[in-house]
Amino acid sequence: MGAYILKRLLSAIPVLLGITVIVFLIMAMIPGDPATAILGSYATPENVAKINRDLGLDKPIVQRYFIWLGNMLTGDFGRSFSLNRPVFDEILDRFSATLVLAGVSFVLASLLGILAGVVSAARQYGLADKLITFTVIIGISVPSFFLGMMMILLFAVNLRWLPVSGMYAIYGGGDMLDLIRHLIMPASALAVVATGVIARLSRSAMLEVLRQDYIRTARAKGVDERRVIMGHAMRSAMVSIIPVLGIQAGFVLSGSVYIELVFQWPGVGRMLVDAILKRDLLLVQGGVVFVAACYVFFNIVVDVAQSLLDPRIKT
Amino acid sequence: MKPIEWTRRSLFAAAAGMAMAASLGAPALAQTPPGVLVVGQIAEPKSLDPAAVTAVNDFRILVNLYEGLLQYAPGTLEVAPGLAESWEVSEDGTVYTFKLREGVTFHDGTPFNAEAVKFNFDRMLNEDHPYHDTGPFPLAFFFSAVEETTVVDDLTVQFTLNEPYAPFLSNLAYPTGLMVSPAAVEAHGDDFGRNPSGTGPFRFGEWRSNEAVVVEKNPDYWGEPAGTDAVVFRPITDANTRVAEMLSGGIDMMVEVPPTALSEFRDESFNVVEQAGPHVWFLILNAKEGPFADKRVRQAANYAINKEAIVTDVLEGTAEVAAGPIPPAFAWAYNEDLDPYPYDPDRARELLAEADAEGAELTFYVTEGGSGMLDPIPMGTAIQADLKAVGLDVNIETYEWNTFLGEVNPGLEGKADMAEMAWMTNDPDTLPFLALRTDAWPDAGGFNSGYYSNPEVDKLLEEARVATDQDRRAELYKEMQAIVQDDAPWVFVANWKQNAVTSDKVENFDLEPSFLLLLQDVVKN
Repeated sequence: MGAYILKRLLSAIPVLLGITVIVFLIMAMIPGDPATAILGSYATPENVAKINRDLGLDKPIVQRYFIWLGNMLTGDFGRSFSLNRPVFDEILDRFSATLVLAGVSFVLASLLGILAGVVSAARQYGLADKLITFTVIIGISVPSFFLGMMMILLFAVNLRWLPVSGMYAIYGGGDMLDLIRHLIMPASALAVVATGVIARLSRSAMLEVLRQDYIRTARAKGVDERRVIMGHAMRSAMVSIIPVLGIQAGFVLSGSVYIELVFQWPGVGRMLVDAILKRDLLLVQGGVVFVAACYVFFNIVVDVAQSLLDPRIKT
Repeated sequence: MKPIEWTRRSLFAAAAGMAMAASLGAPALAQTPPGVLVVGQIAEPKSLDPAAVTAVNDFRILVNLYEGLLQYAPGTLEVAPGLAESWEVSEDGTVYTFKLREGVTFHDGTPFNAEAVKFNFDRMLNEDHPYHDTGPFPLAFFFSAVEETTVVDDLTVQFTLNEPYAPFLSNLAYPTGLMVSPAAVEAHGDDFGRNPSGTGPFRFGEWRSNEAVVVEKNPDYWGEPAGTDAVVFRPITDANTRVAEMLSGGIDMMVEVPPTALSEFRDESFNVVEQAGPHVWFLILNAKEGPFADKRVRQAANYAINKEAIVTDVLEGTAEVAAGPIPPAFAWAYNEDLDPYPYDPDRARELLAEADAEGAELTFYVTEGGSGMLDPIPMGTAIQADLKAVGLDVNIETYEWNTFLGEVNPGLEGKADMAEMAWMTNDPDTLPFLALRTDAWPDAGGFNSGYYSNPEVDKLLEEARVATDQDRRAELYKEMQAIVQDDAPWVFVANWKQNAVTSDKVENFDLEPSFLLLLQDVVKN
């Protein structure tokens, strides 16, 4: 197992290096440059040249790449010019906010999704199955940002139950309860699609397992139906459900970009959108590399978890 | 049956849990506390160092923390005393001497004096200054005419300019001229922008990244103390969310209300405030080549476009029809005798027939959004339709803002016949000087992307820049406006009225023509 994990970790290195090259090149090639973004109407060639010199953008592109990469290897992600603070501090702040949102949302989606899938499978073509399937299809089909806006309109503007946006109340907040009140809408809106997908796939994974001989044997032996479903069938089904969870975790993370915009959640998605519009090169590059590294790492964790459940995978 | 019962119960439990969690909030969701004003801003500020920022969004916070030597007199764009009580300009317009207000201290307790003024300008302008590396200072060129800043005595400071430069005074009143505490810059270095210290009616409280900037009443302020205990600036980048926050009572004031959302606030629990500012929205016409090289075609475009309809229908009344290159907000320099080109498609067709330009094909650069650009895509398509009606065939090409600037600023030659553009300035000199002179063609480093050239206009603008007498300057600008309007290098479309909404708990609030947000007198119940 140790060797397997090590192998997977080593294979992540070229992936990450490739990502640094790609994100650096994309940011270098997109039209518009930081100096124009800073100066706006006042971007005369003279002013642009001065800003470029101040930001170190007057050096050749290859040299800039290696300076950036070298600094990053020593833990220095540089300084964001649009926020005037170290890129790494900003990413950590923002990423922890995103982790809270995406984490809660992902746990919500996994629990509800698997539950719904198992219930559907256990009562295939029954009323519960039909109701769940119907709800799930609607959930998958509604764009999450639209759902978010409708939730704001209903729960915050009309009913005034929940705050519209942000992570904490500006005054008198800051505790767990405050965080939960701010989390309910964005986390639910973000969870809806993932819940639906997980429910659909859990249902088919369970149905497949429930048709297996050993389930029939268990039932024939008179094992309690609850134990058949939750014990015998679930454990096998999880092998095919877990990779789905891994993929959905990625979707939840990328879906958080829209949700963070709608609910003004101070997360990394909103940060990247702002940074791209302002051409804040170091912040975009650092942010993308960081998020990609987390995603790669998360995939390794999923693969390892899967191989623990099903020893055949470890090759 | 058993397993299903179990899950059904758990589903109920989950649902009940969520409902409870939701209702937890209901009674606790209070309005913002009295004495605290929460302002919905359009973005996170970059920095609270006035020399380092360029965005109106950041200036809205800064003008409450800092003061400059001069300021704009309330309700106008004319300069008035600020931290300087009085000033004198030498005969030749190159030496400015300021007498400073006595007994003013920065929030960190250090005194405001001539040394502090010198520190501020040297930091921005002098590359050898030990704190020049706390930049970059993108708008430092506002003061590039300053050759030397001299301390005459503790409360007298003198600027020597390398040539006469009339906009110097209004540039001092601009936020780039706000005075920072030298001691605080020395203490915090690069991080001064997050630990600001000025002389204003509010002092810095805290900055929670991406959540809020809090400023508190300055108890030691030299003038009238602020009307609120604290102001909280919240960045809410999504316009719909900003509107929802305002409707739900989460914020007390919002700026830049989208035109389509204004109707939501037409009831008595809200006040809508409007103020015309130094803004022009126009179309640059390529006067070097193609149909617009002919003045009659440029005039035809001005007649053909229904500006009234754009302003009332597309912009929902949040702008007024523009008459020329200088906005009416610069009251002293504005030529009142000029009327906007009327909407007259027949006259446009006549002119096009005279110029033999009927059915010409035109390329039109449109942006998706950008500073001061209002609603550029609907405006662009309305313009396209109006020009089509008089027989001009317009192809729109749309670009994201920074890409757009990268296409337009180097000049339209060989690429396009017209492009959208908007400017907000602090002096009537700025826009025409940078965008209408022959010496401001793109290859010379200016913004005259349509290659307009009229020696008479050049002469008037050069002269106005060095004239130290304001009446003389006004005369020159008025003459320039009449010529430019007739030459029609641009289609003059709209002057934006900035707007804001406040809740009925906010009193004494007015928007300024400078588009700055002065909150000193505002009271929040």
